Amino acid sequence: MSNRIENVFSELKRNGKKALITFITGGDPDIEVTGKLVLAMEAAGADIIEIGIPFSDPVAEGIVIQGANARALAGGCTVDKLFDMVKRLREKTNIPLLFMTYANPIYAYGKERFMAKCKEVGIDGIIVPDVPFEEKDEFENECTRYGVCLISLIAPTSGERAEKIALEAQGFLYCVSSLGVTGTRNDINTNIAELIEQVKKVSSIPCAVGFGISTPKQACDMASISDGVIVGSAIVKLIAEFGRDSITLVKEFVEKIKSSM
Amino acid sequence: MGKKKGRFGEYGGQYIPETLMSAVQDLEKSYLLYKDDAIFQKEFMDLLKNYAGRPSLLYYAEKMTADLGGAKIYLKREDLNHTGSHKINNVLGQALLAKKMGKTRIIAETGAGQHGVATATAATLMDMECEIFMGKEDTERQALNVYRMELLGAKVNTVTSGTMTLKDAVNETMREWVSRINDTHYILGSIVGPHPFPMMVRDFQRVISKELKEQILQAEGKLPDTVIACVGGGSNAIGAFYEFINDDTVQLIGCEAAGLGVKNPKNAATIANGKAGIFHGMKTYFCQDDYGQIAPVYSISAGLDYPGIGPEHAYLSDTKRAVYVPVTDAEAVDAFEYLSRTEGVIPAIESAHAVAYAKKIAPKMKKDQIIVVNLSGRGDKDVASIARYKGVNIT
Repeated sequence: MSNRIENVFSELKRNGKKALITFITGGDPDIEVTGKLVLAMEAAGADIIEIGIPFSDPVAEGIVIQGANARALAGGCTVDKLFDMVKRLREKTNIPLLFMTYANPIYAYGKERFMAKCKEVGIDGIIVPDVPFEEKDEFENECTRYGVCLISLIAPTSGERAEKIALEAQGFLYCVSSLGVTGTRNDINTNIAELIEQVKKVSSIPCAVGFGISTPKQACDMASISDGVIVGSAIVKLIAEFGRDSITLVKEFVEKIKSSM
Repeated sequence: MGKKKGRFGEYGGQYIPETLMSAVQDLEKSYLLYKDDAIFQKEFMDLLKNYAGRPSLLYYAEKMTADLGGAKIYLKREDLNHTGSHKINNVLGQALLAKKMGKTRIIAETGAGQHGVATATAATLMDMECEIFMGKEDTERQALNVYRMELLGAKVNTVTSGTMTLKDAVNETMREWVSRINDTHYILGSIVGPHPFPMMVRDFQRVISKELKEQILQAEGKLPDTVIACVGGGSNAIGAFYEFINDDTVQLIGCEAAGLGVKNPKNAATIANGKAGIFHGMKTYFCQDDYGQIAPVYSISAGLDYPGIGPEHAYLSDTKRAVYVPVTDAEAVDAFEYLSRTEGVIPAIESAHAVAYAKKIAPKMKKDQIIVVNLSGRGDKDVASIARYKGVNIT
């Protein structure tokens, strides 16, 4: 499966650089601004972008992204509208794009239909936090058939499962920095470095660290022990506060994070 | 069970964030170990007998039977358990297991507050720290139970996300568990969530049908024709059904909360209106829209106000071993008053859904037929909200 995600990581590796992966919730504050934010983040140096498909009950999210999900749904955002938006975006950008959502919106849309549509519009992968390794065959066949990466996650509690997960991971491995839900944190004091070392012994899959990274310092620290960092809530917070006027601020923030790495 | 672990046909599974997987797998391992451990079972039985007050009575509702003029009606009196509902059965089992696993802190969601009260009670008994998560709307309609939980030493967290009811309380308890899994056990209150919860909670609740079978055989010398129970997640129903699943002559009926009516958007009838989906750790039926957004369900009963149903019920429904029927708010309130005035038993508004359906079918059945209604809880907690519903001011 040759795809944009793998290409980006190998290119960064060749240049001795780390990936910056940014997250925004699709449809917050509206679909049009989501499209502009994607392009602004790319211009600011983001290497891969995750777009959240809003869900009524995002159990893995902290309060910031919960709010974004609620606003997007209240604004009428749907999976179909996001597919249309991505299709239009693909005329302007070649950056790897991922959908982050929960199992039910995909299941309800129809697994086959969803992945076919991802391929058609140019979505490179999906992150589904409520589908762990043991349940990944729920979506795996459809993902493979349409060349959509099913991104795997590991957490500080994964233990020996981390290796098993890494061996079958595609695209990159999403390393959850700490216990809890998404959201900004003052400290990340888990064994994340050891976890990544453990994984690297068995697999060459790129490892990106997410959950709680909100400052240039944290991004720099996490990038130094991994292949990339994922920043979400800190950006979504800016969007929550400034809405349609957040584009420039998000761009400046992403630039600041990128330059620290 | 299907080919995969923790499945009932295609339903069930472990659809949870990676951070929780190790805790859930540890739980599964420990449960499977203690499930067949004679000492654990002895301690559990001892708690059920000497603390919860089991066995619960099987009561012949003679006046109701005479009034309806059809099948003989028995009530399985789970309302007489300590803390006033069947919830205590599961809670004692899980709290005991958590203690054995070395956990020091218990968290739980609650809808009507019955599960929260039972959990707070068990935590006190076993010297464990306890926090309960309850939707803001439910803390208002079940204020008495909030105070009971606090009286028992639990901290009650008001959940203000989403629809502020049971579903959101589960979301928030899961979020809390992800944040603190090392010392904390999540006592899920129904046969929902990721494996092993649906199996484990069912095992702790099956004491209901075990007793029921012995009691009815002793009283009548035969099995009942029909067993009726209300279904939210479905723990009291599975408890009442389980030992009869292989007895083909026993009809099993689950009563779902139809709120203002199955055609009205304000209902919580999952089998009637839902479709298969994946949420709260399991694949099962959920009330949802075309895009898979979970529906903001409604019922007068906070305990049945849930958009999903236990995966084992989804399977029993698909295989037609059990049937699930909708019962509206109005029918439940009518049954609430009916049982209070006929038998002098005030049922929980949840259980009143089952009473309502018994009331509907009993007159059409023969006099030598038997209906058992699982009276899952007592109705003291509902008195204020039923008065409100009737427009009576009691403050």
